[in-house]
Amino acid sequence: MKFINYLETITGISIFPFLSLMIFFLFFTGVLIFAFSMRKEAIEELKNIPLQNDREDGESKVI
Amino acid sequence: MQLERFNYDNKIVKYFAYATILWGMVGFLVGLLAALQLVFPALNFNMAETSYGRVRPLHTNAAIFAFVGNGIFMGVYYSLQRLCKARMWSDKISWFHFWGWQIIIVAAAVTLLAGFTQGKEYAELEWPIDIAIAVVWVAFGINMMMTILKRRESHLYVAIWFYIATWVTVAMLHIVNSAALPLDFMKSYSAYAGMQDALVQWWYGHNAVAFFLTTPYLGLMYYFLPKAANRPIYSYRLSIIHFWALIFIYIWAGPHHLLYTSLPDWAQSLGVVFSVMLIFPSWGGMINGLFTLRGAWDKVREDPVLKFMVVAVTAYGMATFEGPMLSLKNVNAISHYTDWTVAHVHVGTLGWNGFLTFSVLYWLIPRIFQTKMYSTKLMNVHFWIGTLGILFYVVPLYWAGFTQSIMWKTFTPDGVLQYNFLETVTHILPMYGLRAFGGFLYIVGAGIMVYNIVKTVKGGTLLDNEAAEAAPRASITALDSKYKGSHWHRWIERRPIQLLILSLIVVSIGGLVQILPAFLIKSNIPTIESVQPYTPLELHGRDIYIKDGCYNCHSQMIRPFRDEVARYGEFSKSGEFVYDFPFQWGSKRTGPDLARIGGKYPDSWHYHHMIDPESMAPGSIMPAYPWMTRKEINVDKTPRMIRVMQRLGVPYPEGYDEQAIDDLMEQANDIAERLSRDTGDDVIPTSEIVALIAYLQRLGTDISKEAPRAEAN
Repeated sequence: MKFINYLETITGISIFPFLSLMIFFLFFTGVLIFAFSMRKEAIEELKNIPLQNDREDGESKVI
Repeated sequence: MQLERFNYDNKIVKYFAYATILWGMVGFLVGLLAALQLVFPALNFNMAETSYGRVRPLHTNAAIFAFVGNGIFMGVYYSLQRLCKARMWSDKISWFHFWGWQIIIVAAAVTLLAGFTQGKEYAELEWPIDIAIAVVWVAFGINMMMTILKRRESHLYVAIWFYIATWVTVAMLHIVNSAALPLDFMKSYSAYAGMQDALVQWWYGHNAVAFFLTTPYLGLMYYFLPKAANRPIYSYRLSIIHFWALIFIYIWAGPHHLLYTSLPDWAQSLGVVFSVMLIFPSWGGMINGLFTLRGAWDKVREDPVLKFMVVAVTAYGMATFEGPMLSLKNVNAISHYTDWTVAHVHVGTLGWNGFLTFSVLYWLIPRIFQTKMYSTKLMNVHFWIGTLGILFYVVPLYWAGFTQSIMWKTFTPDGVLQYNFLETVTHILPMYGLRAFGGFLYIVGAGIMVYNIVKTVKGGTLLDNEAAEAAPRASITALDSKYKGSHWHRWIERRPIQLLILSLIVVSIGGLVQILPAFLIKSNIPTIESVQPYTPLELHGRDIYIKDGCYNCHSQMIRPFRDEVARYGEFSKSGEFVYDFPFQWGSKRTGPDLARIGGKYPDSWHYHHMIDPESMAPGSIMPAYPWMTRKEINVDKTPRMIRVMQRLGVPYPEGYDEQAIDDLMEQANDIAERLSRDTGDDVIPTSEIVALIAYLQRLGTDISKEAPRAEAN
């Protein structure tokens, strides 16, 4: 259970922020491609999942 | 295709709803008590159990884990069943989850007031309760994942993504941050020390906000807002983008709680950059919520449920705009340690979490009880009183935070500090009074809701098992071949386990890049030769400091600012905290910083000040700790404490545990003798006050001492 330091230093620690940003940028680009390549019909279907009523009288009870 | 018949479990939803209401009221009332204690210190009642340092953690834990926690489970158990077109996988686990969580809450309330704490904000609960939390959380996860796997709906609606990410990330955060070495039943020491502990703690603390107060509630928003407005969410694409961006970025933002502290600069910078980026996915959620109501604002005028939701989502937007701003170093220099942070947090909790919870309750209770809300008028009254309550709560605190920060930093033309610390506190007390009034209004609103719900429940009958029917789900391979080609993205969207693993990978990256170097690289914590381990008596004193929650009002971190150096002394270095298991840097200065309190006043000053703070500092709002002169420390525990510290890596010499009690008594007799002489009281050497004074007098003094020679040990 001892947390001691194993390395004297990391060479080029300054690259960490840049690396982080790059990882994020690539990941985010991937997500964008993912989202925008979805077909419209698929999106309509997904969007409406919560509104498929399990009981027909469900909505009539909105106050 | 043959339709399958099944039942939704509404009974468990009812129980979680009741628990949400009950613990909400408890959490609010304890918060009101804490707020009033700051204005009227007599409300600390001169008892350890009711003093601010123990009441405040009870308030935060009750609000977060009891109120919002049960709110999450209420919403998830209701929406998940319907989104999956399946009953919760196991009724037994549902009930184990429910009662397990409630028992944990009761245990938390009792132990926090009794002074059992790990001394880390929002992670105060001691190790046996931590283990219980992990067990119940895993049970919840199994129940949830199995329900998802056994679903009849082939697609995973975005709310479920949020639920899955919540579950996996909270599990990770809780386990890593709670790592501790037990001393005995109900007492443990953090596995990490000083700067490393601070980094892990705020990685946890910030992401408790992200993954307990935000992502599950966004999931709820994505289900209940479309339901209440009776129209689909504005943009499903946006929900996907902001989901992944949010969970990716949030995990990096923790270090913004540690700006200008002894945390290495590279980690602070990473925290700032990602915090600023966080505004985009956060506002993605807000925009998606508000735009869902486009063309339906006439409904908002009539339906109080939607009113609550609009204020909730707006509060979310405001808090998540403010958060990135507070993460800028120049803004943070003003805001940190002041009431600004408290105001910021309460925009989120009272507005976003509170109001969304109320709206879900108002929407869901009449449905499962097959009736209408007893009174729409009372819902509207609740809405307006609650909104006013939030304003009365946050506006005075913004004012107080700004005022106090400016007063701290004001110098006279001669170059000395214009105000002593106490003046900056007494000056803002009227604002604290107004804040308490705001909290009171909020509670009145919640009380009206309780009455309204009780009346509603009495007028309806619970539909325990709600009958439903749906076609069984086609197999994944069948669906894959049906949607072959352009639908590659559906690969993840239909596979919950892969989604869970990908979420875990995404949230792990930030933690690994920030935390691992802090642990592995020596140059991150420059060693200071003269910093030595605490003496046995000081260790006991430190335990008392933690037990009575001193960190709730006092920081131990002097930032490198002119005013702080002038007021408190040399700025803090990370090497000074290497024996602090756990770190006690704090996050709020209701009282002054204590990082260099050692040697500033004589022992007798502390003695009188602890018994009656006003005798030494007229106008002080610090609670009195008169019992400390009577209550004694458990000296017999000392050798075990030393051995635990040795296992954690503190370099006490081999066999020092044998000698520790003698050393302790020598130091204690010395202090007690001096105190008896100076005060005329008969001071007990093993009393709590002696140990605490030993600790306080040590704080921050090592750095100015000469480094011990190698053979001196």
